[in-house]
Amino acid sequence: MMRIDCPHCGPRAQAEFGYERTLDSIVTIDMPADEAVARLYARTNPRGLDDELWRHGFGCRQWIVLRRNRVTHEIVGVTAFDPAIHL
Amino acid sequence: MTRYSAFALLKAGLTGQRGWDRAWRDPEPKPHYDVIVIGGGGHGLATAYYLAKVHSIRNVAVLEKGWIGGGNTGRNTTIVRSNYRLPALHSLFDFALGLWEGMSDELNYNVMFSPRGALFLGHSDADMTALAQRGDALCCDGIAAELLTAGQVHALVPLLDMSPDARFPIHGGLIQRRGGTARHDAVAWGYARAADGLGVDIIQNCEVTGITQSGGRVTGVETSRGNIGAGRVGICVAGNSGPVAGLAGIRLPIEAQTLQAFVTEAVKPMIDTVIMSQSLHCYISQSDKGGIVLGGDPDQFPSYAQRGLPPRIERAAAEAIALVPALSRLRMVRCWAGTTDMSFDGSPIISPLPVDGLYLNGGWCYGGFKATPGSGFVYAHLLATGAAHPLAAPFGLDRFAAGATIDEAGVGFMPQLR
Repeated sequence: MMRIDCPHCGPRAQAEFGYERTLDSIVTIDMPADEAVARLYARTNPRGLDDELWRHGFGCRQWIVLRRNRVTHEIVGVTAFDPAIHL
Repeated sequence: MTRYSAFALLKAGLTGQRGWDRAWRDPEPKPHYDVIVIGGGGHGLATAYYLAKVHSIRNVAVLEKGWIGGGNTGRNTTIVRSNYRLPALHSLFDFALGLWEGMSDELNYNVMFSPRGALFLGHSDADMTALAQRGDALCCDGIAAELLTAGQVHALVPLLDMSPDARFPIHGGLIQRRGGTARHDAVAWGYARAADGLGVDIIQNCEVTGITQSGGRVTGVETSRGNIGAGRVGICVAGNSGPVAGLAGIRLPIEAQTLQAFVTEAVKPMIDTVIMSQSLHCYISQSDKGGIVLGGDPDQFPSYAQRGLPPRIERAAAEAIALVPALSRLRMVRCWAGTTDMSFDGSPIISPLPVDGLYLNGGWCYGGFKATPGSGFVYAHLLATGAAHPLAAPFGLDRFAAGATIDEAGVGFMPQLR
């Protein structure tokens, strides 16, 4: 079980959170179709670190960004999602 | 290669069952092959077998980074069925089921295919409507499916909790009687032995670390055992499709997730049907050894860990016990996990890739085992001819951009929604 340190609520069990998508696959409403398709469907799926968008669904319900190792499940960093930085 | 038979067994018995040949050779890699299949799981080995058998392409190597059948082939719940709702899926899986039915004879290897019936449970009126729709879709394509009343389900599996206050009330079911289970390891070994007998080189402990290209065309692979040239390269590494395709600079609509399975201590025969609840995503069957094999949902986030999280164990046990209360006194003796290749519409990708001569067979989500022979057959066709087998034509990589996704569950395009 992973423990995720929510920037709003503090450390909570992973079961409270839901994975949404990788940070590089967020599609904005004004994006050209080609770029949107590439973002949605072309994933690096690395054996290692990736930045991911999660949601604290059974907590503060805020979007958060996890930098997480997909082999070891080590969480390197958690930050609040900020459109000014992450979009 | 000694042909396995009762007579051969009897004859070897005269000398104490010594003197059997090894089932497949352990060759050094050659400098060049017509076709290289990356991945020595059931799908990769079946692909090599059908390349040699059907297409007479025998200068073939299967490269496996560990030991054959050590990935998802050896980690699944061994369920075989073809009762999918969508025509593209049930056509492919039913073709596979036909091959399962003759596999032991075809390979001269007992894969212990046991068509004991695959039963879907319905827990509500809505479930029964969905099961009836699925059954109708199957019958329209000539695949037998029978809608069962609650009484018929009870007669088939007397240990189910049929009481009115059951946690998951049972309103009826849908059964595919040709479905069942098979010995998963034997499938890998059987295809390996048969492919080897036709001249295919099966090379274990050989990890592919690069895919070499020249002028937009694949020329071979770099491996932990040196460079090997190839006319065509087929990726068949479900679980690791992303990283291996990434060696050629290709990104795929696939994310890796962890799926766990569980087995209890062995007991006398108590469940002779494969019980599945699509609403709960709970799978129950009894292995020939006697253990109750349980499966559930994937951990719904990307992971290559090959080990799962405790909440899934608890949930799978809770659901199984709610359905079959008699299981509550059994000890769970093992849990394990595999890395599933979760495609974005829940259906496989059997397709050429944007590099000439490079192909992909992956994205089978958590449903690849049952497809093993059919997957190998249609992938061999693609690798041999360069054109998709008619059954594999809907499963191209271009379907995502075109919006022609094959979404059995009808839940949208994110892998964690499966």
